[in-house]
Amino acid sequence: MTAKMIRWAAAAVAAGIALTATVASAEEKAVEFPLLKPARQEWSFAGFFGHYDQAQLQRGYQVYKDVCSSCHSMKLVKFRNLADEGGPGFTEDAVKVLAATYAIEDGPNDAGEMFERPRLPSDAFPSPFPNDNAARAANGGALPPDLSLIAKARAVHRGFPWFVFDMFWPYQEQGPDYITALLTGYQDPPEGVEVPEGTYYNPHFINGVSLRMPPPLDNDVVEYSDGTPQTKEQYAKDVSAFLMWAAEPHLDARKELGLKVMLYLFVFAGILYFVKRQVWRGTAH
Amino acid sequence: MSGHSTYVPRTALGKWFEARLPVVRLLHDTAVSYPTPRNLNALWTFGGILAMMLVVQIVTGIVLAMHYAADSRIAFQSVESIMRDVNWGWLIRYLHANGASMFFIAVYIHIFRGLYYGSYKPPREILWILGVIIYLLMMAAAFMGYVLPWGQMSFWGATVITNFFTALPIVGQPIQTLLIGGFSVDNATLNRFFSLHYLLPFLIAGVVVLHVWALHVVGQNNPLGIDVKSEKDTVPFTPYATSKDVMWIVLFMIFYGWFVFYQPNFLGHPDNYIEANPLSTPAHIVPEWYFLPFYAILRAIDFNIGPIDSKLGGVLAMFGAIAVLAFLPWLDTSKVRSGRFRPIFKVAFWLFGVNALFLGYLGSVKTDDILFHVPGLDYQAVVWAKLSTFYYFAYFLVILPVLGYIEKPKPLPVSINDAILAKSAPSSAH
Repeated sequence: MTAKMIRWAAAAVAAGIALTATVASAEEKAVEFPLLKPARQEWSFAGFFGHYDQAQLQRGYQVYKDVCSSCHSMKLVKFRNLADEGGPGFTEDAVKVLAATYAIEDGPNDAGEMFERPRLPSDAFPSPFPNDNAARAANGGALPPDLSLIAKARAVHRGFPWFVFDMFWPYQEQGPDYITALLTGYQDPPEGVEVPEGTYYNPHFINGVSLRMPPPLDNDVVEYSDGTPQTKEQYAKDVSAFLMWAAEPHLDARKELGLKVMLYLFVFAGILYFVKRQVWRGTAH
Repeated sequence: MSGHSTYVPRTALGKWFEARLPVVRLLHDTAVSYPTPRNLNALWTFGGILAMMLVVQIVTGIVLAMHYAADSRIAFQSVESIMRDVNWGWLIRYLHANGASMFFIAVYIHIFRGLYYGSYKPPREILWILGVIIYLLMMAAAFMGYVLPWGQMSFWGATVITNFFTALPIVGQPIQTLLIGGFSVDNATLNRFFSLHYLLPFLIAGVVVLHVWALHVVGQNNPLGIDVKSEKDTVPFTPYATSKDVMWIVLFMIFYGWFVFYQPNFLGHPDNYIEANPLSTPAHIVPEWYFLPFYAILRAIDFNIGPIDSKLGGVLAMFGAIAVLAFLPWLDTSKVRSGRFRPIFKVAFWLFGVNALFLGYLGSVKTDDILFHVPGLDYQAVVWAKLSTFYYFAYFLVILPVLGYIEKPKPLPVSINDAILAKSAPSSAH
């Protein structure tokens, strides 16, 4: 009877999937954003053995520093993190020098006065604006979001049945895929599409047809010292990887530990299976 | 089943203790000599899995509370500092956040096992109702826990869910104000939710003790759903049940680890990595996955029923969907427990299972989404939600009460032992 039940259930599930597959191909009635789903990119940190590509994180930091950081803050990341294991791999000395190029207000001192001092590795990345209102005022009323967690705070809906498959074959790189698509997705609006004043058409934007951020990247805007091609696409991928690291700095440690834990559990479960069989041997059940 | 205790203290210390507090006897009777039906299948290991999950949640939760700050100005940052700066903080938080989901996956399997094998029928009514209470407490604890990181979904989820209470006439508004400590979700809400989130797991642990106590009075149900008749039907809990439970607990941990290590954010919502902002409403507010079927039921009632407006109707339907479980022992009129011997029930049960999953899906989409672009089926999601909600309640209020009278169950085996012997020697059975 169980076999019959399983067959019955399997038939129902298959029918459901077939039905929704037709749904996926059918045209959508309501407008759903983004207009275009992001393409899936290759990432060194995807998969079970994934880990960040140190050189890519360094390049990504460069793009962030030279381009993004003029409008976007990254309040949760500290300079010392650049030297953390599983990160861009800066030396501690380099971090000290880098941090000191930015000033921060500290105090009050013994005289009760606030003073400026160079940043220490323990200080956070500097924010481009003193507060959100200043940021809005400088950007046509739109607040450039903090980038500390952006790679985990954006994901385009996968919809049924994809999210079911994702459960069995993890897809946790939706954030960087989205960022890459957005940064390279600017284009002229198609005929008949009205774009509000001061915004830029981008079919990859998750929240509408256009956004306030002007196209931030172009070929050759950041100079790479390691010979990597200086293209818009390359910049987008590098900075996406960097933003993923900023959002999930312990990813390398997580995947490494995961492998050990899973291996241990599989072996342990195997042993327990034989223990159970031994215990139940001779006892019909 | 809670018959004569077989514990005999052997050591001097054991005897000394036995004369003063027979706690070793209690443990022995509970976890060693307790007779357990020998035909239990793997679904009966989920009680043990749930006990493990409760311990995991309490332990990881206590550690998280050492680093968490329940202050709306810094709560979000304190969670991030756990993720970034606390040693192994990322692991503990991912274990806790995914642990909640695992807890619900396990409890849903546990509940559906009870539904299929009729574990709620006499003499297990109290045992079942205690389970429903645990489930309710779990939902409250999970909801409040989800508010603590103070992300966008935390904030707006809390706003939407506490707003349900205002649907109640007269008492609604004061209840909501009391619950959130003001007129909108704010620091006061966060503080009391943190306090209650810390309290509820211990209440759950207390009700679990009663649940296990009740279980040990009436004994476990089994896949055949027939009573244990003699000692031949049972085996002692240790080593038989323990060896099986531990194996399945470890298998469950593999499933758990799969999420924690390889897709820790799959079950969460990306918006919760955005700090709560009372001035910016997310485009699409959805609760955690384990609440989605009930969310679909809530939204299915978009019409007034006489003096009951759609809002109150939705809230009543949603709470009713859980409350109806408590009355199940009296709604199901069949004397046969196990679904194995009930041909029509079996179909209704599996439909109920598929329907529950479908309700979950409906809870995750917008009410005006078209699910099937097939002529004749191209209804809005809310239409499907109404049909699904109808079946959900019809299963409990119509099908189960009526089936007991019209269904002809298959013949039951004389005893568990007989059934096992017939299975292991099929040639001798005619």
